[in-house]
Amino acid sequence: MAVEGLSHSFGPRPALDGVAFRIAPGSFTILLGPNGAGKTTLVSLATGLYAARSGEVRIFGHPLRREPLAGLARLGVVFQAPTLDLDLTVAENLAYHGALHGLSRRAALERAREELDRLGILERLPDRARCLSGGLRRRVEIARALLSRPGLLLVDEGTAGLDVAARRALLDHVRSLCRDRGLAVLWATHLLDEVEPGDPLLVLHEGRIRFDGAAGNLAAGASLRDAFLGLTGDAL
Amino acid sequence: MSPRHALIALAGITRRESARLLRQHGRLAAAIVRPLVWLGLFAAGFRAVLGLSIIPPYETYILYEVYIVPGLCAMMLLFHGLQSSLAMVYDRETGSMRVLLTAPLPRWWLLTARLIANTLAAIPLVLLFLLVARLWDVRPPWLGYLAVVPALALAGLMLGAFGLALSSLVRQLENFAGVMNFVIFPAFFASTALYPLWRLEEVSPPLALAARLNPFTHAVELVRFALYLRFEPLAFAVCLAALAGFLALAILGYDPGRGFWVRRGAP
Repeated sequence: MAVEGLSHSFGPRPALDGVAFRIAPGSFTILLGPNGAGKTTLVSLATGLYAARSGEVRIFGHPLRREPLAGLARLGVVFQAPTLDLDLTVAENLAYHGALHGLSRRAALERAREELDRLGILERLPDRARCLSGGLRRRVEIARALLSRPGLLLVDEGTAGLDVAARRALLDHVRSLCRDRGLAVLWATHLLDEVEPGDPLLVLHEGRIRFDGAAGNLAAGASLRDAFLGLTGDAL
Repeated sequence: MSPRHALIALAGITRRESARLLRQHGRLAAAIVRPLVWLGLFAAGFRAVLGLSIIPPYETYILYEVYIVPGLCAMMLLFHGLQSSLAMVYDRETGSMRVLLTAPLPRWWLLTARLIANTLAAIPLVLLFLLVARLWDVRPPWLGYLAVVPALALAGLMLGAFGLALSSLVRQLENFAGVMNFVIFPAFFASTALYPLWRLEEVSPPLALAARLNPFTHAVELVRFALYLRFEPLAFAVCLAALAGFLALAILGYDPGRGFWVRRGAP
């Protein structure tokens, strides 16, 4: 994924200002920023929900503005707000998503079983989404985003509202996907403790990229927390 | 977009919409009971007041119940179309709309597929109402139940597209519920659903003109004529043109570059 000169504003309020970065295949890149930094706007633009005022997003070489379908076909997304249909079962939710990506019901459910099994929640397939806890719903959303076998996964505040154990389990799972499948992940978060020193890190604050490099380089001698606070004031 | 992908998505969206509708027992019951209340109470009261002459497609004097049934069918479609659009606004507020709109399919097809899915879900309900209406001596020819299906489909698509266009303009759920009231009643009363055009012309020529221009009138007449195995070309043409217009508006409204999403900002 390559983002170049991406700017967007809502009325007079700039939300993103000249954002540029690249995500290498197979990398787990963290997009770190306080609430209101522009992370969700960035995810919305990168998924074509609305068009950027200026700049470009390319996904596996496909410019989203001119070739949105080719780009979206390689992309899996977990949005910040829960997006499961609570009145439908897990299987129905996943089959619906698979259909939107051109998978027959049978193929979608086959892949759904694989993904849920990997997440350890295969037995929840016939349950209504409403009956699942927040952590389980998030895991189903991860499984859903992987149904189309994307090369890039965008996760916007994927651990919001989860307890410590559920957060850790989800993060470990997604990191393992990078290692095992070569999946590239952009993990947008405001939580410092989700960052590991070896992670490629982007710090976004007030719509601008303030740091782009390995997380360990940012800390260089200081604690991660102090380094972030230095970049973002006391917003974090 | 490959045709196979487009059809699989249409089937998936149809399954989802049907599954959701079947689980909304209250909505299902209301969809059937609402026109029956009109038929049982309203029509019983009005048959004494309103005399009807012989007008096409009817070949004899008819009961008032017979006259208003096609209007009630169209009312069911209008309600269903607007409620489905309300669900679109709800989906947008809760976020599940994003799943639909980030699928690797053109947005115009995603909206059209959703429209088709919702219309398909409504048709069996209307047919069920037509069958129950036989208890009130509303007995069109049996072939009429078959002939009315394409008319219900076109009228349903047109009224659903109207709701879709409306939902792209309205920002919040609460507003949409209010807009529904302002839309349903004028559309229903300024039409030929409850009284024939010649009656309206006698009472109020401006109202009759409004009814002539009202696409809902043409939906009603399309259904009325089809039910009695007649084709009404003007109603067909108006419904088709209105469908194209409303759908174009909806597609513009949901366009990522200019519609709701850009105005509203981060959803």
